[in-house]
This record gives sequence, C-alpha cells and structure tokens, in this order.
Amino acid sequence: MTTTIDFDIDGPAAPPRSNGELVFEEPWQSRAFGLVMSLHESGAFTWEEFRAELISAIAAWEEQETPSEEYSYYQCWVTALEQVTVHNELVTTDDLAGRARDLALRPAGHDHDHDHDHDHDHDH
Amino acid sequence: MSDAQSSSDRIPINLRTEALEQLLVERGLVDPQVMDTFIKTYEKDVGPLNGAQVVAKAWTDPEFKQRLLDDGTGAIAELGFKGPQGEHLVVVENSSAVHNVVVCTLCSCYPWPLLGLPPAWYKDPAYRSRVVREPRTVLNEMGLELPKDTEITVWDSSSEVRFFVLPQRPSGTEKFSEGELAALVTRDAMVGVAQVNA
Repeated sequence: MTTTIDFDIDGPAAPPRSNGELVFEEPWQSRAFGLVMSLHESGAFTWEEFRAELISAIAAWEEQETPSEEYSYYQCWVTALEQVTVHNELVTTDDLAGRARDLALRPAGHDHDHDHDHDHDHDH
Repeated sequence: MSDAQSSSDRIPINLRTEALEQLLVERGLVDPQVMDTFIKTYEKDVGPLNGAQVVAKAWTDPEFKQRLLDDGTGAIAELGFKGPQGEHLVVVENSSAVHNVVVCTLCSCYPWPLLGLPPAWYKDPAYRSRVVREPRTVLNEMGLELPKDTEITVWDSSSEVRFFVLPQRPSGTEKFSEGELAALVTRDAMVGVAQVNA
C-alpha cells in the first residue's frame, strides 16, 4: 500500500480549490482526520482495516429507524477510529471514556487561548 | 453495537476526539507535527486543481490520455499525484453517448490526490443511495440535464477502486492552452454531476 504523500505543495496546485466549501466544518473533524492519516502512515493500521470500521459505523447510523441526530460523516469517522485503535490495542475503551469524562469536567472557558492569570478577581 | 461505541455514545464528539488525540500523543503513537502537516496539506494544498490538470493534459496529449484510461494510478503518478485513496484509480471517459457519475455507497471513498476531500453532498446518505437508483433525476436536481439518448453509467467505488470522470472537452476550446483548459474544469465535472463549459 502506498503511504507516501508527495504532493506538489509549492507548485501550480497550491491555491486551495474546494468550490467555496470548507474542507472541515469544525476543528475536531480536522483533528480526527489528522489522527487517522498519522496512524496509517506510521503503520498502526492498514487503510482497509480503517475503511471496514468506517463502513460499519456508517451502516450502523443508516440502520437506525429514527436517527437521533443529523448524519455526520466525521462522527462515523471518529467511531471507526475508536474501533480500530481499540482493536489494535493502542488504547482501551476505558482509557477513552475516562479521558473524555475528565475533559468534560474542565471548567468552562478552559480553552481560551490568551495567557492571563486565572487567580485574579474578575470585576464584572 | 460495538463496545467502544456504546460506552462513548453520550460523550460529545469533540471530547471523544480530544481524548483520542491526547492518549495517542502521550503514548508516542502520533506526532502532533506530522498530524498538523496532514491537516494543512488537505486544507490548503490538495484540491480539485490537481484533477483539473490531469483532465487538461488528457485533452491535449492523446498518448497521456491513453495511458490514463489504461492505468489511471500510473498516469497520475507521472504528474506527481499520489497518496492514500489514489491507489487503484480508474478513469472513465464521458462521451455524447455515455455520461459517467461516481458515488461510494458504503463509505464515501473519493480520489483524494486528485480532488481533495469530498464535499458534503458526496457524503450525504441521500446522494449515496439515490444516485444509484435514479441517476437522471438526481443529476437534474443538481442542475445537469442530459439528452434523453445519453446513457448514464453510475460507478460505485465500493471495492478497492476509486473512479474519476474524464469530462468531455467543450467545443470552442480548440486554441486553449493546457492551463486555460485546466481553469475550466470543476470538481463537480470530475465526479460526473456537471459538464465542463467553455
């Protein structure tokens, strides 16, 4: 399987051309995409393994009688990534659930990017 | 439903993704810089212009066109386009008799090295199921009206193969350079839901 990425980054193909559409709609989608690409390149799993999980995740969504939410390709993508990383023993289901719960407990505003002193009193 | 799915169903998707990233990076399984490079490459550099260059070359170089139709993967590698989802590329040529349209009913496979990542409509369950059953109606809805005697062939990328449509060269472009031709070719034309207009 070819894993080389050999695109002509500075050449005539440089201008982005996605017919005005954003490639990723939300940051987590691009992270999930990057994770799969990185793990695949390092040989953590084959493309076929990932693709089989993606097909299962999409089929599971489509088989719901009353879908609970709007279809999201990247949501299926993340489910497939969870499956393939658990099956290859890179992480466990408990690791993932535990870490996600920890992340959910962070105080609101944790991801503000500015560097300020969190101990000072806000006067508003 | 699988284990990983059932236990994480109620956790917001952005946190599930962040948990994966943190654990994989901590364990040295993912290099954040490599990951960022992949994201930037697909956000900014790999897009339909690659495919448009392939089409323009095929229109102006008959020998290249023959190689492209015989061995899509090999011919696009000549131009430096390769990578995941570019393996086993099959090029199908439109004519006035046959119009080709591409779908992946199972998982939205798409020729990334030539077209970048797929647009939302290509991944949509409605497009994936309907274009197979009623291609002419779906194409009409997307603004493409084909003559009644043009046969429509739907290519489902559900095996290892990724399909790529070589559109018809529009009339009146006989004196166009390869670069001018490439500028006419749209993503939608290379998926087969549009034609190229001069």
